Amino acid sequence: MSTHTFKVNGQTVSVDVEDDVRLLWVLRDLLGIHGPKYGCGLDVCRACTSHINGRAFTPCSVPVSDIKPTDEVTTIEGLPATVGKPLHPMQEAWLSLDVPQCGYCQPGQIMAAVALVKEVQSKGRSITEADLDGIRNICRCGTYPRIREAIVAGEKDM
Amino acid sequence: MPLPDVPLPTPNPPPVVVPELKSSPRGMDRRRFLGYVLAAPTLVVAARLAVDTTQPQVAGAAIPSLPEPSDLFDLGDLQDLAASPTSGLISIMVNSNGTASFALPRAEVGQGITTSVGMLIAEEMDLPLSDVVVTLADARPELVFNQLTGGSNTTRSLYQPVRIAAATARARLLSTAAAKWGVPVSSLTTRNGVITSSTGKTATYGSLATASAASQPSSLSVELKPASEFTLIGTSQNRVDALASVTGTKVFAMDLEVPNALPTMVCRPPTINGTVRSVANLNAVKNMPGITDVVTISTGVAVRGATFGQCIDAVDALAVTWGPGTEDTQSDATVLAELKKAELPLLAPPLNLLASTVEGDFTFYFRSNSPLETNCAIADVRANRAEIWSSLKSPIIAQQTIAEKLGLPQSAVTVHVMTGGGSFGRHLFFDAASEAAEISQKLGKPVKLMWHRTDDFRHGRTHPMATSRIRASFAAGNVLTFEQRHTSVSTDFTHGFGEMISSQLAELPFGNLGYAETIFELTQNVPYNFGITSQLLNEVDMGFHTGSMRNIYSPDVCTALELIVDQIAKGMSMDPYKFRRQFLKDARSQAVLDKAAQVGDWGRNMPAGTAQGIAFHAEYKGVCAALVEIDCTPQTVNRVVAEACTGPRVTKVVFVVDVGLPVNPRGLEAQMLGGIMDGIAQTLTSSLHFANGIPLEGSWDNYFYTRQWNVPPEVNVIVMPPTTGQPGGAGEFGVAASMAAVACAYARATGTIPTSFPINHNGPLGFTPTPVIPPLPESPTDGLSNTF
Repeated sequence: MSTHTFKVNGQTVSVDVEDDVRLLWVLRDLLGIHGPKYGCGLDVCRACTSHINGRAFTPCSVPVSDIKPTDEVTTIEGLPATVGKPLHPMQEAWLSLDVPQCGYCQPGQIMAAVALVKEVQSKGRSITEADLDGIRNICRCGTYPRIREAIVAGEKDM
Repeated sequence: MPLPDVPLPTPNPPPVVVPELKSSPRGMDRRRFLGYVLAAPTLVVAARLAVDTTQPQVAGAAIPSLPEPSDLFDLGDLQDLAASPTSGLISIMVNSNGTASFALPRAEVGQGITTSVGMLIAEEMDLPLSDVVVTLADARPELVFNQLTGGSNTTRSLYQPVRIAAATARARLLSTAAAKWGVPVSSLTTRNGVITSSTGKTATYGSLATASAASQPSSLSVELKPASEFTLIGTSQNRVDALASVTGTKVFAMDLEVPNALPTMVCRPPTINGTVRSVANLNAVKNMPGITDVVTISTGVAVRGATFGQCIDAVDALAVTWGPGTEDTQSDATVLAELKKAELPLLAPPLNLLASTVEGDFTFYFRSNSPLETNCAIADVRANRAEIWSSLKSPIIAQQTIAEKLGLPQSAVTVHVMTGGGSFGRHLFFDAASEAAEISQKLGKPVKLMWHRTDDFRHGRTHPMATSRIRASFAAGNVLTFEQRHTSVSTDFTHGFGEMISSQLAELPFGNLGYAETIFELTQNVPYNFGITSQLLNEVDMGFHTGSMRNIYSPDVCTALELIVDQIAKGMSMDPYKFRRQFLKDARSQAVLDKAAQVGDWGRNMPAGTAQGIAFHAEYKGVCAALVEIDCTPQTVNRVVAEACTGPRVTKVVFVVDVGLPVNPRGLEAQMLGGIMDGIAQTLTSSLHFANGIPLEGSWDNYFYTRQWNVPPEVNVIVMPPTTGQPGGAGEFGVAASMAAVACAYARATGTIPTSFPINHNGPLGFTPTPVIPPLPESPTDGLSNTF
């Protein structure tokens, strides 16, 4: 067992746990951060999607020892809002289109959507149908059409 | 909110009528209902559960078929009937902060009932929806059959009683204000939780909540707001839990922090229902990092530890000698052979000199109803009591069964119903709760039990494999006979439906059938005037873990039926839409079909390899039609997406739904979207492959539920305005017509009628199965190389 120190949602945390424990369990079971959900632990369903240094990743597939002290992990709980607003524009879009059904996959969907929009914006373009087709996050309730609509709407305010 | 423990007032002495209400805007000549004011420190009102008795309109066309049992009396009616004599009440509490609280005796699993039931209360009380707090009730055994969430029955069964309770609250608050101000109730109005008198005095509901409380229970005669005065019911509202969902604060069972309830997982057998013979390294595994306990249980070997990740490692490290399971020799082919042997005969002659005959023989493979949140429960079992937290659609049966298993009185087992991360029928079963209770009792410690994704697919519940044979005959522009023989691996209904049926057998409009046949009869129908029709179910009990999956029999039965409808139309040289329109039984059915055809531009020219398909379905006192367009061109079918199933793509869906009275059209639309995605998956991509006693699938990249690359770019759900004035079912309603329409479109695009579902099932396996020993695939470690 060793001590692992990194930043989560702006706070520095230290956790004593074995090196190979995946970050998802450190977040959920040891730090009590429950926004990232377990749906498979196989980097498939992406319900745990969060950000590391601003890029989307799945904590279920990263040993905690891979996280450096300078790394900043952001979960849905730490998704930054736009100044003067309580929520991120993607969350606002999600609410205005009433996207969630059971809600279980939604934190991961939103974190993936934010990273996807940032990625295409960094390439100087807008979201395409092909980009939307490429999203791997599962929604077993099947609210996919509203997710697509919300990403396009949220992109406009990002 | 626990129900106050008070005796139910008897109907005598006569109810306290508030005479002023007669001259209220609610009118004089409407039916009055009995509500109750219960003794409590604040205003608590209640209503009994009631029966709804709507009947569909029947119009004539072609050779009328006799009404089928499910036309007149369906599964929802059975559920309503079973609920009516129970002594339990549903109650609403008015709080001093002006909110109204209601503990819903149903499970919210994403279908939106906390929102729609909140709307019923807000409407009747004249409260803002945001001031209605709907939580999920613990198991309440006195409700007997009426705490079962299934059959898309929640809104149907609660529509009237919830409004009666809410109307009672409003009436009581009005009479309190009237007495306080010395004015007649008729001079008062209510709006947004505030009572206003004709002279301008105002009082909030919250300020009157305590004054309206009763020290003795009493009854009150109330009438309900007429539909013409609805301002909320029938309007689109966003989900009341959406904010919590998008901020990650919505609490599911595994998010609860129950003291000392440490992560727990189970090492499961290599074939279903296999048992533990011995474990070679129990102590070694117990000494692994983070692990606190290892114990053999009835379903495998349980491990408890500091993190689920360490539990996964411990499960895979266990050296277990397994005994055989119950299905070790079974694979898809052997099950299919059993089904074929059990098929009931079709009665009409296959060759008829006076009529033309069409036949079809369809196979539907096993499917998983696993939601995204895997099977899970928290249990804290002590010597003389137990507490359970889990998403449960049949919490009373769960409580009874778990109490018996633990050797505790039922009243010593508290069962909390958690909001679920999806269900699709899965949460009718309480196996996670039962397993967690067993482990907690054996260890003498609280446990937070979670199934691994791979376990959910391999050891979870399945929609049973089935065949459907159809023979229909037609001549001179009429369909003379239509016979369907559905043969299925038996569906497990041992979660409350069964008990409900037993209690009501004498009331059913047909004989004493088995549970499954009863449910089949109560849900299935031929919606067309096809002369002599018969649909029969035969089941083969093979011991698989089956269960009701969203829409139970209907998706398969409807898909087989609608494919044959297209063949009959073809045989009569008629267009599929016009044929359906001519043979549908009533105007309400024709209206949704017409709308779909019109909005979806039925019959437009389509490029080669693409086509439209149209299908109709009636159930849950509603009617719906789906029009889809599919692309089966090689460039689409052969798209390559890593670790994925592509194939034909549905490019457009128009779905038209008439549920009689849509309480929340936006929520209804959401349920139809889900049904459409399910229908696409079940026709094109998703199934379990059983091989040597266990499904091969172990992840969402094996079990091909609809993913974004399969989603139609264009989906249009049209909610029809109210027709019957009574809300029908919603949660499951979208699946059958969607699945059928996709199948019909595929047949028209390719010129080949699909006969086994999903269409990719018998093709090359689209993934490499992970081993069954060790049972759980290791979590990847390369997550940081896949960021974006």
